Amino acid sequence: MEPLKVKNRRLVGRLALSAALMFGFGFALVPLYDVFCEITGLNGKVTRNGPVSEMAIDEARSVRVQMIAVNNESMPWAFRADSSELVVHPGQDQLTSYHAFNPTGRWMVAQAIPSVSPSEAAQYLHKVNCFCFEQQPLQAQEGREMPLLFVIDPALPAHIQTITLSYTLFDITPAQRTAMNLQQATRRTTL
Amino acid sequence: MNTLTRTIEHTEQHGPAEGLSRWFFTTNHKDIGTLYLWFSFAMFLTGGCMALMIRAELFQPGLQLIEPGFFNQMTTMHGLIMVFGAVMPAFVGLANWMLPLMVGAPDMALPRMNNWSFWILPFAFAMMLSTLFMEGGGPNFGWTFYAPLSTTYAPPSVTFFIFAVHMMGISSIMGAINVVVTILNMRAPGMTMMKLPLFVWTWLITAFLLIAVMPVLAGVVTMMLMDIHFGTSFFNAAGGGDPVLFQHVFWFFGHPEVYIMILPAFGIVSEIIPTFARKRLFGYASMVYATASIAFLSFIVWAHHMFTVGIPLMGELFFMFATMLIAVPTGVKVFNWVATMFRGSMTFETPMLFALAFVVLFTIGGFSGLMLAIAPADFQYHDTYFVVAHFHYVLVPGAVFAIMAGVYYWLPKWTGHYYNETLGKVHFWISFIGVNLTFFPMHFIGLAGMPRRIPDYALQFADFNMVASVGAFIFGFSQLIFLVLVIKTIRGGDRAPAQVWEHPQGLEWTLPSPAPYHSFVEPPEVK
Repeated sequence: MEPLKVKNRRLVGRLALSAALMFGFGFALVPLYDVFCEITGLNGKVTRNGPVSEMAIDEARSVRVQMIAVNNESMPWAFRADSSELVVHPGQDQLTSYHAFNPTGRWMVAQAIPSVSPSEAAQYLHKVNCFCFEQQPLQAQEGREMPLLFVIDPALPAHIQTITLSYTLFDITPAQRTAMNLQQATRRTTL
Repeated sequence: MNTLTRTIEHTEQHGPAEGLSRWFFTTNHKDIGTLYLWFSFAMFLTGGCMALMIRAELFQPGLQLIEPGFFNQMTTMHGLIMVFGAVMPAFVGLANWMLPLMVGAPDMALPRMNNWSFWILPFAFAMMLSTLFMEGGGPNFGWTFYAPLSTTYAPPSVTFFIFAVHMMGISSIMGAINVVVTILNMRAPGMTMMKLPLFVWTWLITAFLLIAVMPVLAGVVTMMLMDIHFGTSFFNAAGGGDPVLFQHVFWFFGHPEVYIMILPAFGIVSEIIPTFARKRLFGYASMVYATASIAFLSFIVWAHHMFTVGIPLMGELFFMFATMLIAVPTGVKVFNWVATMFRGSMTFETPMLFALAFVVLFTIGGFSGLMLAIAPADFQYHDTYFVVAHFHYVLVPGAVFAIMAGVYYWLPKWTGHYYNETLGKVHFWISFIGVNLTFFPMHFIGLAGMPRRIPDYALQFADFNMVASVGAFIFGFSQLIFLVLVIKTIRGGDRAPAQVWEHPQGLEWTLPSPAPYHSFVEPPEVK
């Protein structure tokens, strides 16, 4: 029989390792959660890139797509959808746009976060090009049209006749500035 | 006996060190168990004072005693202190005292780490309590600290809260590792796994739960820290994060956590009922398997805390049925306790009274849990006082009563004196009445729609709130009887023999009372 000390040390090692692994698992839950939502289309998460291949246009069906623009908390920008509702055939490329205007006297950066309702429809709404993929900087008093090109998958379940696409505009200027400050603070001047 | 043998005996059986350093540097499991228990009792009174402040404010509708902001700090700190400061350390204290005695080991497997895991705690809680005196006040976002309330909108002191949680987590994980190693490696020869007392079994399973989920809690507070200070966006939708993610990660920790607080209680009650029913525990093996299945199920039910966040129908159904499944192993336990008492020759000493109250009142808490598990009904109950009634029924007359039952049961073994039975019974009955007066009306006001964590309420809830507040003060102050009783028992009382009760089972009763400072230096023979 091996001495107790060796036995104890090995068991402690194993248990400490499992605690460390579980700490990692806590962080792994973040991507796992995203993957789970992406696979199941839960939580209204939209696929980031549209399909490259052309889809057959289903002329027989038409789906109403409602566009909503929301400002988060104290976001001061004027933010609206070009058209509040579109009727599209599944498979048909549809171009529309949103408008944003920065009424303040300072440079700001925003990011739009999409959400689709019903969440079941999220995986069938493909965005070929979307302003939500990028951060949107606007100078003071500057306005911009932000295009959105999407296509609805013909595989959309028959009982879904209306899809609501909502964008929430977040002010991310402070975060941006902190990142820049951090960069400047850590930049080293060489002699 | 000549001088030589007396000297040898003296050096072999040396007692504790003198003075304060005994407590700072001790590696003795009994000393550390005592420290844990006193610390837990101090935290119980601290958290209790906060509860009384909450109940005083809620005595009448309207705002009269404290600011709403401070009320929020009180609800938050009450929850955090009771969960992490009172209930968990009390169980660790009982484990420290009893596990080596029950498995026939000379001490815990890792005595120095044991000292460290205790001494982290006072610092962690000093740090957490100090936030109350900081600018912007202490944590005010509820003990569940949902983001973004605890990140974007938190007071600046949240960073201290985060580090306090980290320290408690480290302490718990070290304690749990110590428990597992002691139970798996330090058992006396002949003490096979299926001969372990149930308190040991439940603690082994609890320790595995702790090792699995405390790191996840550390992870979630680390994510908060990074969101607050390092510009990440785990829970911030603006950066592509998701506040609902917080709730998923938190409850992945949180649900096993509630079983961490109740499984050792099951163990204590399973020790006490057979002693006072004078029968062997009914269905020992089924008790072990039921505990293990509860532990397993606790990992796959977390989203029942979040039915209203908008999870899809399939998810609601899955988590609803998985949650209801827990009632099966829990029911096995309750029936086993009842079957143990059936046709036993029962007596009703204080530990037994607390254990019986545990069985009855915990079952009530279990039933309200079943009601909450029904997803469609939960939309009505969510965030109301019904939830408060439910978890207080399982935690106060559940976990806390079991801890008190355990203290009464083993106090003569620890001190060598019997406690004052009359005073114990007085403590029990006042506590029992107080607890029910406090928490039973909460079911009604909850069903009627009173939201939790609000300092003011509509007039129709006034009467029941007044009853609850009166009950809370009765329960709170009756704990001073307990304090007096314990101090009196330490100082003196009727001498307790080795077998404190009538033929109790277990190795701890083969030792003299009080248990010597060093016990089972020679492993006992287990038949």
